[in-house]
Amino acid sequence: MSTTVENVACPFCGCLCDDIIVETEGTKILKVKLACSSGQGIFMDYDPRPRRPLVHGSEVEWSEAVAEAARILSAADSPLIYGLSSSASEAQRKAVALADKIGAVIDSTSSVCHGPTGLAMQAVGEPTCTLGEVRDRADLVVFWGCNPDASHLRHFPRFSLTAKGTLTPNGRSDRTMYVIDVRPTGSSKKADHFLQIEVGSDYEVLTTLRLLVRGGEPSSDVVGGVPVAELKELAERMKSCRYGVAFMGMGLTMAPARQLNVAELFTLVAELNDHAKFSVIPMRGHGNVTGADQVLSWTTGYPFAVSFARGYPQFMPGEFTAVDMLARKAADAAVIIASDPGAHFPAAAAAHLERIPTIVFDHGPSVVAAKADVLFPTAAYGVDAGGTAYRMDNVPIPLTQVIETDRPTDEEILDRIIEAVD
Amino acid sequence: MSDRLTLITGRTRKQAIGMHKGKASAEYLEATALVEMNPDDMTRLDVSEGGHVLLRTDDGEVELTARAGTVPAGLVFVPMGTSANKLIGTETLGTGMPCFKGLQVDVTPLAGEEVSP
Amino acid sequence: MLGIIGGRVYDPQNDKAGEIGDIWVKDGRIVPAAEVDREKAEIIDAAGLVVMAGGVDIHAHIVGGEVNAGRKLRPEDHRGKERAHSGSLRAGAGGTVPSTYATGQLYSELGYTTVMQASTAPLMARHTHEELEDTPNVDNGAFMVMGNNHIVMQSIADKQFDRARDYVAWLLQATRGYAIKLVNPGGVENWKWGRNVAELDDEVIGYGVTPRQIMETLATIADDLGLPHAAHIHGINLGRHTSARTSIETIKALDGHRAHLCHLQFLSYGSGKGHVHKSEAVAVAEAVNASPKLTVDVGQVVFGRATTMTCDGPLQHTLHNTAGGRWMNDDVEGESGGGIVPIEYKPGNPINATMWLTGLELFLLIDDPWKVFLTTDHPNAGTFSNYPQIIRLLMDRGYREEMIATLHPRARKGALLAELDREYSLGDIAVITRSGPARALGLKDKGHLGVGADADIAVYEERDDKEAMFARPRYVFKAGELVARDGAVLKQVAGRTYSVAPDYDPSIEDDLRAHFKAAYTVSYDNYAMLSGDGARIETVACG
Repeated sequence: MSTTVENVACPFCGCLCDDIIVETEGTKILKVKLACSSGQGIFMDYDPRPRRPLVHGSEVEWSEAVAEAARILSAADSPLIYGLSSSASEAQRKAVALADKIGAVIDSTSSVCHGPTGLAMQAVGEPTCTLGEVRDRADLVVFWGCNPDASHLRHFPRFSLTAKGTLTPNGRSDRTMYVIDVRPTGSSKKADHFLQIEVGSDYEVLTTLRLLVRGGEPSSDVVGGVPVAELKELAERMKSCRYGVAFMGMGLTMAPARQLNVAELFTLVAELNDHAKFSVIPMRGHGNVTGADQVLSWTTGYPFAVSFARGYPQFMPGEFTAVDMLARKAADAAVIIASDPGAHFPAAAAAHLERIPTIVFDHGPSVVAAKADVLFPTAAYGVDAGGTAYRMDNVPIPLTQVIETDRPTDEEILDRIIEAVD
Repeated sequence: MSDRLTLITGRTRKQAIGMHKGKASAEYLEATALVEMNPDDMTRLDVSEGGHVLLRTDDGEVELTARAGTVPAGLVFVPMGTSANKLIGTETLGTGMPCFKGLQVDVTPLAGEEVSP
Repeated sequence: MLGIIGGRVYDPQNDKAGEIGDIWVKDGRIVPAAEVDREKAEIIDAAGLVVMAGGVDIHAHIVGGEVNAGRKLRPEDHRGKERAHSGSLRAGAGGTVPSTYATGQLYSELGYTTVMQASTAPLMARHTHEELEDTPNVDNGAFMVMGNNHIVMQSIADKQFDRARDYVAWLLQATRGYAIKLVNPGGVENWKWGRNVAELDDEVIGYGVTPRQIMETLATIADDLGLPHAAHIHGINLGRHTSARTSIETIKALDGHRAHLCHLQFLSYGSGKGHVHKSEAVAVAEAVNASPKLTVDVGQVVFGRATTMTCDGPLQHTLHNTAGGRWMNDDVEGESGGGIVPIEYKPGNPINATMWLTGLELFLLIDDPWKVFLTTDHPNAGTFSNYPQIIRLLMDRGYREEMIATLHPRARKGALLAELDREYSLGDIAVITRSGPARALGLKDKGHLGVGADADIAVYEERDDKEAMFARPRYVFKAGELVARDGAVLKQVAGRTYSVAPDYDPSIEDDLRAHFKAAYTVSYDNYAMLSGDGARIETVACG
């Protein structure tokens, strides 16, 4: 007998599409409808078989693994807790409680994703909106340094391009779409206007747009490889639209100017509100990376890069961010929750994880899980565990337990470690 | 012959799909151990479609399979993942974010290493 | 079991104004003396001390999306104000927007035991509840923002009052909300077009309804559903020189209904000379005094750092353009909006000084303390940690004069406050900080020390300096447990969240399912919190 679960939220990316239909039979997932190819994998490639935890590669009882994790953390002087982005907020809250108790540094995948976006927000603020406002109102959408066509596959149809809303009954034809990027992408092919700018020129182009919005005249005819006339046209569209929305991604945060790029875009958007209604939405990547920012902010006051080493929360990107902690060999033990810095960190930072004891929570294989000193093969939130996640626009979405397995959750294991640790 | 180009890394659909299969899977490796180049750069550097190239930055080097793509001349694109990370340094300029996009990279074709796709 | 013996009890609801008395506690509640075995009870000698119910804050922004954005926005605000991990006490960040654990701890240290979250967009309700779970030591509840809600406005436009009422009842249940909140009704919807409303009869774009209709409808619904708390209203024109006039018009429009007007100080200005607003506290207080079913809280400005955050998007944009600096805005589909601007109030700034005067004038000109409650609209006009200073200002005319002397001359000149010699008594303070807000909220077990009340108790040492007295309670009990002593928190206990469950016609659910498909990006089933998640949530009866 198969069961059909409707309105399931897909925990893969920051879109958290919550209209997915999943057909299951026992612990088997038979079919997934409406999910994109990335989301399909979350469900269809999931191996629901319960696995025992590993300590130094050997299977042990859960209690033994918890005791070993507690022993490692009790012995550590400078433990790092990292990841969180594919876990539920319930587990993220426990991770902060653990960091608080043991005086750890805690950081999320935000620091290598939209960390600079957070720094820009702290510098200039952020005029934003929920994705429903985009669907209902936006007649001008600008995608800057992001490629939803590869990263957020249902963003266009559900929210931002072909989606039909109250003021956009015709969907695509009611919107003008700009893509600004350094290379053509799947997204730029869909755009009405693609401004291909030179690598590293984002800041200059953004500043020029601010100048044009204010009625100024640039001193050159071409900026960032783009004719100023085209930027003028964009500035005019931005000033005269009904509701404009800029989406931004790693093209701004991972480039050398990082948060300065983002702050310039946020400032442009803020200034546009003197002429038209305009918002900006960062394209948050992992399913609940937004939740990690939220949980850390409400428990510590800061969104990422938090140290409890002095007994109270301190915030310092560049010090308490995971890449820096590892590159400087400042961490002497690590708890990695639902992320894979082994695959996504610069090689020299990832290498330090092999020198220190690591406690890894992951529902499937990963680079960091393969080398863990203690591995907890926990349940996957949104597949065999329920919880709460935050969409890229900060809307909380419940994650459904679509199959029941014997796997414990991150939250349960973290709770046991908190109990066991000195 | 080698040349200094600009490297950007980023997400691709295939990289995401491969990730679910596991990072040791053939799908993942195939999706991430490649470099997308501008056809003119390939011709100039004598790199053939599917040929192997060596990418080297100040922080490391990696061998990748070359594919002709839509990137503009002077730019190469490598999907995010374990291969790309060998080229990325740990300097974050006080932000926590390494520079994953816009690095200088030396691209050298590896002779006689042509592999079929 | 616990006995607090021989203290001077200020319990206005039970007509105690400083009489010597004993308070007995068992199982978290106040009980008759006969029910307590004195041999086994812990006895607190309260001789010479002042005993009051725990404080009740009727309007503070302590949790949820907007508050959390404020925390994230201001790392500089937390530094130097951190709270270290100690025993079972969680570490946290202080400042104008403290972290959740710190918020609960700080309220305990002030003798407060109940706090209502002043505004939550229903779409973000789950977030608010997650944070409330992490906010210890205070019972709480969340007001759900509805004054720019599309279903409400469409129902009014279609003259379908029953639909609006059933929807509101459903929404309060679905979000585990406690009360109906309105913020700049109609103005926030218009802000999504870059506009605002300025008059009660201005039109809301796309709906043809008016702020007046929205307020009347929601106030009527609160009455019809028998909600324990009236419609909680942040009116139109906040901060503008037309606000006193429209506040008075609002009070007239709501005549006959229960209503609570929040942070009225921000809505009691008229045109002064030059570009400086002037206080219209006299006219506004007169209207309040004449309306028997109305309550208000003040939103008193406190000089120093603050973080303004409201669902009033257009107001925050204006403030950003005035004050400069960082600006957050968040338009929420179908429901609401909001913004954040950090600010500092200075006595030497004539506008800030006028705001400060206006608030205190309202306190002193509204005759009945049961109608006016102490708030700073935390963290908008100041933080809740500033309540003791405001208490001193109300109780101590000499201190008021000292403060008035520091104000910008333009604001000081001719200020009515200098002429008001009313001083609040300790009994009056007990009303405006406990009994009054608890009664207005319909929380029958809060705000008093009668038998059956929750054993939320604050014990103070009486001092001439009332700020020092209220800043450092000798003992604070939450449900009978000692949570703070000598102004320092001792332990964390879980708070309860109050919600309401008014009846509605279940046929509204099909209607809403269809609406959600068309108008929301979240499915109906994932929006509503109707199942699960209940242990901490306590339903307060309607009726």
